[in-house]
Amino acid sequence: MLKVKKLYKHFGGVKAVDGCSFEVEKGAIVALIGPNGAGKTTVFNLITGFIEPDKGKVLLYNKDITGMAPYRISKEGVSRTFQIIRLFPKMTVLENMMLSMQNVYENFWLSMLPLKQKKLHEAKMVNDALELLKFVDLEGKKNALAGNLSYGQQKLLEMAKALASEPELLLLDEPASGVNPTMLKKITNLLKELKKKGKTILFVEHNMDFVMKIADKVVVMDGGEEIAEGPPKKIQKNKRVLDAYLGKVIKIKRRKKK
Amino acid sequence: MLEFFASNYALNLLILICIYVILSVSLNLIIGYSGMLNLGHAAFFGIGAYASALLALAGYPYWICFIAAVFFAGLGGAMIAYPSLKLRGDYLAIATLGFGEIARAVMKNWVSLTRGPLGLPGIPKISFFGLTLTTKFQFFIFALIIAILVVLFVSKIVKSPFGRVLRAIREDEIAAQAIGKNIKKYKVIVVITGAACAGIAGSLFAHHITFIDPTTFTLMETILIVCMVVLGGVASIRGSVIGATILVLLPEPLRFLGLPTSMAAALRVMIYAALLILLMIYKPNGIFGEWRFRHAKSKEAL
Repeated sequence: MLKVKKLYKHFGGVKAVDGCSFEVEKGAIVALIGPNGAGKTTVFNLITGFIEPDKGKVLLYNKDITGMAPYRISKEGVSRTFQIIRLFPKMTVLENMMLSMQNVYENFWLSMLPLKQKKLHEAKMVNDALELLKFVDLEGKKNALAGNLSYGQQKLLEMAKALASEPELLLLDEPASGVNPTMLKKITNLLKELKKKGKTILFVEHNMDFVMKIADKVVVMDGGEEIAEGPPKKIQKNKRVLDAYLGKVIKIKRRKKK
Repeated sequence: MLEFFASNYALNLLILICIYVILSVSLNLIIGYSGMLNLGHAAFFGIGAYASALLALAGYPYWICFIAAVFFAGLGGAMIAYPSLKLRGDYLAIATLGFGEIARAVMKNWVSLTRGPLGLPGIPKISFFGLTLTTKFQFFIFALIIAILVVLFVSKIVKSPFGRVLRAIREDEIAAQAIGKNIKKYKVIVVITGAACAGIAGSLFAHHITFIDPTTFTLMETILIVCMVVLGGVASIRGSVIGATILVLLPEPLRFLGLPTSMAAALRVMIYAALLILLMIYKPNGIFGEWRFRHAKSKEAL
């Protein structure tokens, strides 16, 4: 469904992404892991159009989406969350949700006209938003300002927001980082449920328990390129992966005593 | 009392309030609801005034002058919006400030069109469909109707789904892009709309004063309008209305002190400055600035 082909992005001398390729199959949960600075978030930004690659291609259903503006990629059905939470903090939870939904009435002229369909559409959006909020256990907070929610709740809201646009592909940047064990369980269940619903998910994560529990496939990056790819069990035993995470084993020759 | 309100002095003030309400509400749409610090608003005001005045002096009926004022001010908005789309915050403020200065320089130096510093005297009275606004009172009613329409128009924008996207862009541009909003399009539309409204105010101003020259449309004028917005409260329509009213009326008592005009003008600016400083210290949100947030039941989350 999503194919990343030989992506390159250098920032001056820093080779953030250096020939990275991988594939995300439809309906799969794919984890993108790697040590800090491996280029995972840059790959996310390249896929979603926030950064343009120097070379390489991003294909969605064989359609070339490389270098498209972020809003167009979002309309193509790719939805994302950010490593640092990005909500609209001074707007309510409900407003945050409604903004993510498809709404033709956001057009200037249509939004100024007193159309009956507009009201019906608004009502439908509120309904859908509440349903999604129920799904992430936030319907009680619908009128709270997003900025006033707890960190974990904000993470859930961001996920719900990403779902509200009914994406084909969901990109989550560290969904499990910095949340307490209860919230972590909640997020794990949420992703499992999304998988049951047939959503395709690509996520970056450092929490290995979490990755091993829910990923169908793991892509490991180091130094800007993918170094391994496969089911979680296999990846755990892969030598290059262990090297990347733990450092290489260097043999030191002992001096023989004379 | 009634006599006072019917006097030319009071009517002049009321008309000015209407004009400045249009200016501050339209600037609030750009600054408050979309988060773009625009310091070139007086330029749009001036473009509208000149467009309307020049066509009226050339003998065109008022409705054409009015449409031209809206059109050319909107065009000015597009001219600044497109090249400065990538700028934000301080940088956008500097770019718009530069645009304001360019517009003023053009008004002053394009002598064959605008008569430069001599200004345009004798701008005719407003007349449309055989109706001429001869008295101040008639003009006031006309200005009031236009002002109310503009306020309703801007409130409608702000409350609509379009306005919701504007606030989202103000909160976080990157997040807005990530959920599929074409933020460039929204910004251009909002600057053009705000500029066009300022053009309306310019047209009213030209036909009210009947004389315009480039000294009216300077940076000081923009700062005065920004003060109105900030005093009333950023992102509050009724705040802008109140802010405009207060700042038009505030320097009026000075007239009765019998000060020499050079001193009165300086004192006026000092009052604005002092007011702004006091506001920043004691009520940084402006008079109605926190209104929306209180209504959002922010306590629920705590």
